[in-house]
Amino acid sequence: MDLVAINLIDGLFYGLLLFMLSAGLTLIFSMMGILNFAHASFYMLGAYFAYQISLYLGFWAGLLIAPPLVGVLGALIERYGLRRVHQFGHVPELVFTFGLAWLIEEVVKFIWGNNMMAYQEPEILKFALFHIGSNSIQAYKVFMIFTSMAIFIGLLFILTRTRIGLIIQAALSYPKTVEALGHNVPLIFMGVFGVGTALAGVAGVLAGPSLGTFPGMAVVLGSIVFVTIVIGGLGSLWGALIASLLIGWMTTAAASSSFQFATLLEFFGMTPPADLDESYLRDLWTLSLPQIGPILPYIFMILILVLRPYGLFGKRDA
Amino acid sequence: MRNTIGLAVSAVLALSLGTTAAFAETIKIAYIEPLSGPFATNGNTGLAEWQYAAERLVNEKGGVLDGMKFEIVPFDNKLDSKEALIALQVAIDQGIHYFAHGLSSGIGHALTAAVTKNNARNPENRILYLNYSAEDPALVNDACSFWHFRWDADVDIRLDAITDAIAQQQDIKKVFLINQDYSFGKAIVAAAERGLAAKRPDIEIVGNELHPIGKVKDFTPYGRKIVASGAQAVITGNWGPDMIGVGKSAIDAGYDGPIYTISAASLGITRTFGAAGKDKIHVVSEGHLNPPASERAKEYTAGFEAKYPDYDIIQPRIANAVEMLARAIEEVGSAEDVVSVAYKLEGMEHDSIWGGKVYIRPDNHQAIQDIHDQVHTDEGITFPLDNSEYGTISRNVIKMASMDAPTTCKMERPERP
Repeated sequence: MDLVAINLIDGLFYGLLLFMLSAGLTLIFSMMGILNFAHASFYMLGAYFAYQISLYLGFWAGLLIAPPLVGVLGALIERYGLRRVHQFGHVPELVFTFGLAWLIEEVVKFIWGNNMMAYQEPEILKFALFHIGSNSIQAYKVFMIFTSMAIFIGLLFILTRTRIGLIIQAALSYPKTVEALGHNVPLIFMGVFGVGTALAGVAGVLAGPSLGTFPGMAVVLGSIVFVTIVIGGLGSLWGALIASLLIGWMTTAAASSSFQFATLLEFFGMTPPADLDESYLRDLWTLSLPQIGPILPYIFMILILVLRPYGLFGKRDA
Repeated sequence: MRNTIGLAVSAVLALSLGTTAAFAETIKIAYIEPLSGPFATNGNTGLAEWQYAAERLVNEKGGVLDGMKFEIVPFDNKLDSKEALIALQVAIDQGIHYFAHGLSSGIGHALTAAVTKNNARNPENRILYLNYSAEDPALVNDACSFWHFRWDADVDIRLDAITDAIAQQQDIKKVFLINQDYSFGKAIVAAAERGLAAKRPDIEIVGNELHPIGKVKDFTPYGRKIVASGAQAVITGNWGPDMIGVGKSAIDAGYDGPIYTISAASLGITRTFGAAGKDKIHVVSEGHLNPPASERAKEYTAGFEAKYPDYDIIQPRIANAVEMLARAIEEVGSAEDVVSVAYKLEGMEHDSIWGGKVYIRPDNHQAIQDIHDQVHTDEGITFPLDNSEYGTISRNVIKMASMDAPTTCKMERPERP
């Protein structure tokens, strides 16, 4: 029972982190129709910027300053890069963001080097807030969970309850009409891109201390973010949230289980072979669930694509 | 203007003449490692260590054979076997007789095979493999070669030392193994299980996790598992971000015991662990910076830190390799007679700058040396790592570790000149 509670909290932590990344990505996709391959790179930039700022001004200044910096950078890239490429169609846009991801990684390596950065949680959150059994839950994780929840509620409020949200939603489906009504749609695009990348920046600032700040951090999370928005349904904020949480809980549960595939084989009435090297099922006999945990979300994505191609919360025609 | 160009041209000419003149009098050691790409830091740190060792231990003392200097010639292998073999061929064509390599045992196997072939076919252009880091036990067992010498302690030796350290602590009854899911991680699991079963059959292995290398984003569940298992010691061979992931998640989850590692030092790891890892992270390896073994070791390390403020000495064995090679060449009286130099290295006993002795086993060319159980701390540290306050300090020494470990090596020896 303890283990279930701990897994739920750990999964929530990881899931909400994924959500902050996928929320921006899914908004950008639904609005501009581009899959932004460089999205996770903005997450990495967030962590590095915050690390650099925290050296001089402390963690909290990093948390406040780094995401807007990343957002402004994202908006500038949209304005002077993506918008120019846009007129040539979707493929050049894809190639552009793909190249951008490489460029950002190389720039990060050039400035900060290949080594792991010692980006730390703030001192006042470096303690065990409470214990479940012998496991301690770090205050920082709880702080992170609440921050991301607040961001989700804030986003939802802006998108559904304010005038700006109304225009954004309208621009999502009928950009031409909205433009004809006198709204500056390119400006809205730029704003959404900026906010989306800033969200990725927040995720980086918060995740940097607990998941590590190193040049490979964007690559490690990059693909899983795409999986999240495909499962959730492209363009759906709720979908992104639910898919992120599902993936968070799924990978956490898999990693913490001790399930052996041998048990499954025995259940089907098979007996372990005397000499494993001779058996054609050798790999299955020695495999455990944690070993394949990280690929479970991809299997889930394939199932979703087969059974419900528009995702959990996606609109059918999208 | 014309004058300046003229000056520049003559300066360049003079320089190139100067270098060709210098080339003739140096003993070149090719350095075949990744100098670009994701592992460039590792390659460049090693290069700094080799260049410093050659400069400080040989060249400043007047070189060998009446004034011949050591020269390290870097080649970029991009962490790729094919590139490494091309670099090796170029080095051989340039008349180089020694090369250093250590990153990745996979490349180590390719190089060993290529060297064995070359040296059999081209007796005039033989080359010796100075392995300072590739740790696969097979390189001194089934895949051994007369032309390959290893100064690093391999997985078996290090795990022998780790299991020794655990066996001495009578209160440890439960051990947790967590490693990356590939040959290196599996070699660690095998050696740990073997060692613990032999030395302390009462110890229970309460967890044995293999996780995909570089794929796990959040290590928290593994930390939970370690705590839930009631483990009193953790053994891991993880490196890079995977090492930080395991250590941090275990400590955050409330694990309080020792974490025995192969390489949890420097390259940002020491700095990242900081206070959280104090007295918990153990690094088990040959050579140690703290406390300095001697006045000589102290000067050597201080000199390196002054010359390369951004790097640390993370492979102290390089100093042994350079000193022993210099000695062998001096005693043979020629740097070109590679066979004699190799025979001289076999069975050589050497007083290491890091204290203790280094002995090259003649039967498999593995260096036998003291292995240190070092603890991550900020107390009593003369030489911290990563420009932080933390470093590793030797708490326990295993003298001449694994001196008489069995080997399956059957090497073909050339005729002794």
